[in-house]
Amino acid sequence: MHLGVEEPIRECQYNQICTHNSSPMDTPHTKKKKIKRKWQVFPGRNKFYCNGRIMMAKQTGVFYLTTVLILVTSGLFFAFDCPFLASNLTPAIPAIGGVLFVFVMGMLLRASFSDPGVLPRATPEEAADIERQIDAANGPSGPGYRPPPRTREVVINGQAVKLKYCFTCKIFRPPRTSHCSLCDNCVERFDHHCPWVGNCVGRRNYRFFYLFILSLSFLTIFIFAFVITHVILNALQKPLALNTVADFEAVQKDPTGLAFLVLSKTALLDILSLKLVVCFFSVWSIVGLSGFHTYLISSNQTTNEDIKGSWSSKRGKGNYNPYSYGNFITNCCAALCGPLPPSLIDRRGFIQPDTPQPAAQTNGTGACPSNQVQSHMCAQDQCIQSTKFVLQAATNPLLHSQPIILGGGAPLQAKTSLGGPCSTLGPSQASLPSSIPGLSCGGELMALRDSEIHCHHHPHHQHFISPEETPSPTAALPCATHLGHNVHPAQLFDPASQDSLHEDSVRGLVKLSSV
Amino acid sequence: YTHSLQDLRQAAVASKVFVQRDYTSGTICKFQTKFPAELESRIDKQQFEETIQTLNNLYAEAEKLGGRSYLEGCLACLTAYTIFLCMETHYEKVLKKIAKYIQEQNEKIYAPLGLLLTDPIERGLRVVEITIFEDRSIGSR
Repeated sequence: MHLGVEEPIRECQYNQICTHNSSPMDTPHTKKKKIKRKWQVFPGRNKFYCNGRIMMAKQTGVFYLTTVLILVTSGLFFAFDCPFLASNLTPAIPAIGGVLFVFVMGMLLRASFSDPGVLPRATPEEAADIERQIDAANGPSGPGYRPPPRTREVVINGQAVKLKYCFTCKIFRPPRTSHCSLCDNCVERFDHHCPWVGNCVGRRNYRFFYLFILSLSFLTIFIFAFVITHVILNALQKPLALNTVADFEAVQKDPTGLAFLVLSKTALLDILSLKLVVCFFSVWSIVGLSGFHTYLISSNQTTNEDIKGSWSSKRGKGNYNPYSYGNFITNCCAALCGPLPPSLIDRRGFIQPDTPQPAAQTNGTGACPSNQVQSHMCAQDQCIQSTKFVLQAATNPLLHSQPIILGGGAPLQAKTSLGGPCSTLGPSQASLPSSIPGLSCGGELMALRDSEIHCHHHPHHQHFISPEETPSPTAALPCATHLGHNVHPAQLFDPASQDSLHEDSVRGLVKLSSV
Repeated sequence: YTHSLQDLRQAAVASKVFVQRDYTSGTICKFQTKFPAELESRIDKQQFEETIQTLNNLYAEAEKLGGRSYLEGCLACLTAYTIFLCMETHYEKVLKKIAKYIQEQNEKIYAPLGLLLTDPIERGLRVVEITIFEDRSIGSR
């Protein structure tokens, strides 16, 4: 996993979740002329082709490499080996090879181009509703009280499973769902992100991926075997280039027969041929991978779960996989022949003018109050900014405050981070105003693990800035104020809840300046 | 849409209730049958639970592993999944059934009470969204 931060860290402006329709590209002018399709405003980091029919990850370079390798190796095989083999052995060989090749390419394209099972992000009302539920569950928080982490426990088939809250998508992730940091989507039954295939592997394309690597193993073994056959047959047919008596003796004494091949110089060239080299290395890696995934399928686990050891007995007694059907045949059938769920993101649908759009990171102004200036917000920027505020607050001697609100206790999602710290920080809609120069991200984030936890809590609430309040890099108190705002997006439009807005900001202030 | 549904569109939205997913049986699509507090004054608890239970049964039918789904899966695999260019998957067929059921429920039961069910597929199968409309006089018909 890597960060993939492309935009430079710019001046951050407040963003708010609009409950009115606001799509970054739908201005009043273009709405009348052209209705957009949903894939054009898709919030994840995916690429779409053929007007939304094809969906891939952002980095597709390795996928092209895979395609080229398969095409070239197979092409050379069909061009150079097949004529010989068809005439000397049987024409069934190129036929079978052809079928295998077509199947491999078909499965590869299917795995690469289909939607892996992306969960659409929550609509603003849903997000607000969940926030309300979380706040209600947390209860009133006094000074020094840290709300419990954003997880829900559910018991599945007798096994306790923790559902985590996704800050980007603003949903509680269903079981076995994971957020891919490369594609910036929550994917159902997330297996892994495969760069070779140029897409995530999840619920909807796992069987294509598995059939791809399985058939590719057969294809590489097939090509490997028949190229070797060709080499040997070729060497046997051609006259031996034995020039000296010493050569003769070497061949006679050598029990393995390799000397025979080596001395036959044309055979040497064949052995070193590209096809053999590629196939040799592919065979071990692909066959190994197929074997691994066969094991995963038979025990109904995902790569993600296996790597984390979620269901291994080492974690504790009585720890078992609640999703397994018991026997490996049912598990295999379920994974490969089970019903194929349709895509949940409806890429090619048209945007209805009156439906709320899920909160995208580059939320447009549209119908929203015009005080806020929108700018491109990278998720990591927001957390970097909020962390910088924490650092400011923490290190400012005027306040004499310590970041003990973040203090001790169980670390949250930070623990399960597999990548760099930035990728695990819950990216969110909120952004804090920032004109703090010169603070670099990496070092401080590494050092302050607590900041990560802080990031999880505060950016979740929407931060608002009135036009009058401008951020001051040196004074920490305004920073604390900004950090302390815990406001629901819906509340901005509801005049009745201004009281709770004040209450929340006071609560936040108290939190930050607690001793 | 029937007359009452059209009226609803002009009525003001008071609030929305979200019925979340129930994961106690695993990853299959199932919604909680717990009766939300906000609907207490609007609809009969029995009726609501029946609606949700029917939805759950329909989704279970869509995801059921059995002879039929295996046959479809194998056939699809043999034709390199090209068969889905002309044929609908079993899941899609059931989703259509569900859409029809929801529309029916809206027309007959929910719209007269000033409520509107949103098909969960439009919310990524995460929630059943129930919109509560303000004007109760629409319901008296």
